[in-house]
Amino acid sequence: MPTYYTKDHEWIAVDGDTGTVGITDYAQSQLGDITYVDLPSPGATIGKGDAPCVVDSVKAASDVYAPVSGTVTEVNEALGDAPELVNGEAETGGWLFRLTLSNPSELDGLMDRAAYEAYVAGL
Amino acid sequence: MNAPNASGWRPAMGEGGEAPAILTVSGDRGLTLEEPLIFELGRPGTCGVDLDEPRGEIAPGLARFLRAEPPALPGLTEPETVRHYTRLSRQNYAIDLGPFPLGSCTMKHNPRLNEKVARLPGFADIHPLQPQHTVRGAIGVISELADWLVTLTGMAAVAMTPKAGAHGELCGLLCIRAALEARGDAREVVLVPESAHGTNPATAAFAGYRVENIPATADGRVDLAALTARLGPDVAAVMITNPNTCGLFERDMKAISDAVHAAGGLVYCDGANFNAIVGKVRPGDLGVDAMHINLHKTFSTPHGGGGPGSGPVVLSAALAPFAPLPFAMRGPDGIIRLVEEEDAPQHHPQSFGRMAAFHGQMGMFTRALTYILSHGADGLRQVAEDAVLNANYVLRSLEDVLDAPFGAAGPCMHEALFSDEGFAEGFSTLDLAKGLIDEGFHPMTVYFPLVVHGAMLVEPTETESKAGLDRFIASMRSLAARARNADPALKSAPHLAPRRRLDETQAARKPVLVQPQ
Repeated sequence: MPTYYTKDHEWIAVDGDTGTVGITDYAQSQLGDITYVDLPSPGATIGKGDAPCVVDSVKAASDVYAPVSGTVTEVNEALGDAPELVNGEAETGGWLFRLTLSNPSELDGLMDRAAYEAYVAGL
Repeated sequence: MNAPNASGWRPAMGEGGEAPAILTVSGDRGLTLEEPLIFELGRPGTCGVDLDEPRGEIAPGLARFLRAEPPALPGLTEPETVRHYTRLSRQNYAIDLGPFPLGSCTMKHNPRLNEKVARLPGFADIHPLQPQHTVRGAIGVISELADWLVTLTGMAAVAMTPKAGAHGELCGLLCIRAALEARGDAREVVLVPESAHGTNPATAAFAGYRVENIPATADGRVDLAALTARLGPDVAAVMITNPNTCGLFERDMKAISDAVHAAGGLVYCDGANFNAIVGKVRPGDLGVDAMHINLHKTFSTPHGGGGPGSGPVVLSAALAPFAPLPFAMRGPDGIIRLVEEEDAPQHHPQSFGRMAAFHGQMGMFTRALTYILSHGADGLRQVAEDAVLNANYVLRSLEDVLDAPFGAAGPCMHEALFSDEGFAEGFSTLDLAKGLIDEGFHPMTVYFPLVVHGAMLVEPTETESKAGLDRFIASMRSLAARARNADPALKSAPHLAPRRRLDETQAARKPVLVQPQ
């Protein structure tokens, strides 16, 4: 399942026309302990660059930007009781929401793993 | 009554803490007082006041509301109650106890003269619905203060009613919306630079606008080229904080205003940091259309002084016709009057409405005017000069031990900004802030602004003397060295406060809001 990364530290794993979105391990390490995740509503239509999701940490509240456009199909309900999943498993069990991609060509502008790691190393 | 040594170190707190040499039975340690919750004190049924037995008949309609059982109130005598709150207050920190370097709240000294004047019965004991001829003095205070604010900012008018900074922002944006709609020009976007206050984008969204960010330059200021490139027929306004949250003056302010105006937009300035430029710079000369003034910051009585907020908004000639009621307006006779609904059709027909029920925050008006009159024009200028001088003294006294990301960008304004660059692995801004508590200081603003990693924002204001600043600087230098050298005791600070380091994560994730039975 190909995974793409943004400069704002979101990842999206794509399976057919479905994408699973989260924040990267680097992002969670910068935010510190996550205390609350404000998730979008299933059915919501979001555009690339919109902020459908907010992650609260002990340091700050941070927008999560949509890497691509689409319609939200599912959110990670487990985060309601256990926002710390985003700290412990940012790129697996701490996923935020799934969406149906409306314009898969938007993935072309994102980074692959190697490019993202090089980007983080330069920060 | 109290558990032995309920304050201070406990074994469960882990490494880095050392037990106090002497454990006390009371939990108090000398003059560091331990205090339980009020519900853990006293005896049910005890009452500090000798209340009369109810007399006469209870009205029939009320009888069914009689309590079957007395309410679960704490039962304390009067001296127990007084001691409870006095002991709690001993665990507090205040501007009257020591320096309070919190940038965003401007914890500056609150002159006692302000309090004396605000308590005069003619100001303190009046009601906003009193007939106007019985409160001419109070209205005179509002008018005279309005006059000072208009003069100090070089603007055309002022809306006095907003109750705090963000309320003032909303007032300013509603004026901008009304002005744009009056010319039939629906615009959707408000531009907010990264260096602006965090409330700005929230206000723009609340006023119905779409918010777009404008990046900052490497030296911490608005990127003029990026801003100019984004301007267009859809941009209603730009919201700029000046001096900005990096503690820097936006040198391109006039060029920004000119570009925004040329594109048909309006300029909102967040005046929360006006303290640094009062008497030195008039925002009206910089092309600003609306700016709120935090009376409770710039003109004393900060939150730490017990005052409520007050955020009058000064307006350019373009926006003045749309200001909310009641509206302070200078008549042809040179006197400023408050225009209310009954006079509005004649004097102020385009007002967008009201921001508050009455005239504004009267208690703050009397304090702010007292502050202004007791300082005079020369004193206000010196306030700005001393506040900036103090911040620069802190910046230059610490930049060899703490990273100052914009230190090379020239002098700062009211705030000195540092980052956690150079701290040992695993040591953070939070650790240094907690160490500052042990040193007897309130920590500075941390992790804001977001554009700086591990930000520490120190705003000493004009309140502090050089001796006071030197004490603070000595503590900060020591803490910076401990963070660089990975002192494990800093990681578990504070050690000397009534409570050790609190679990902020758990407090946010699983807050306990009800006293366990």
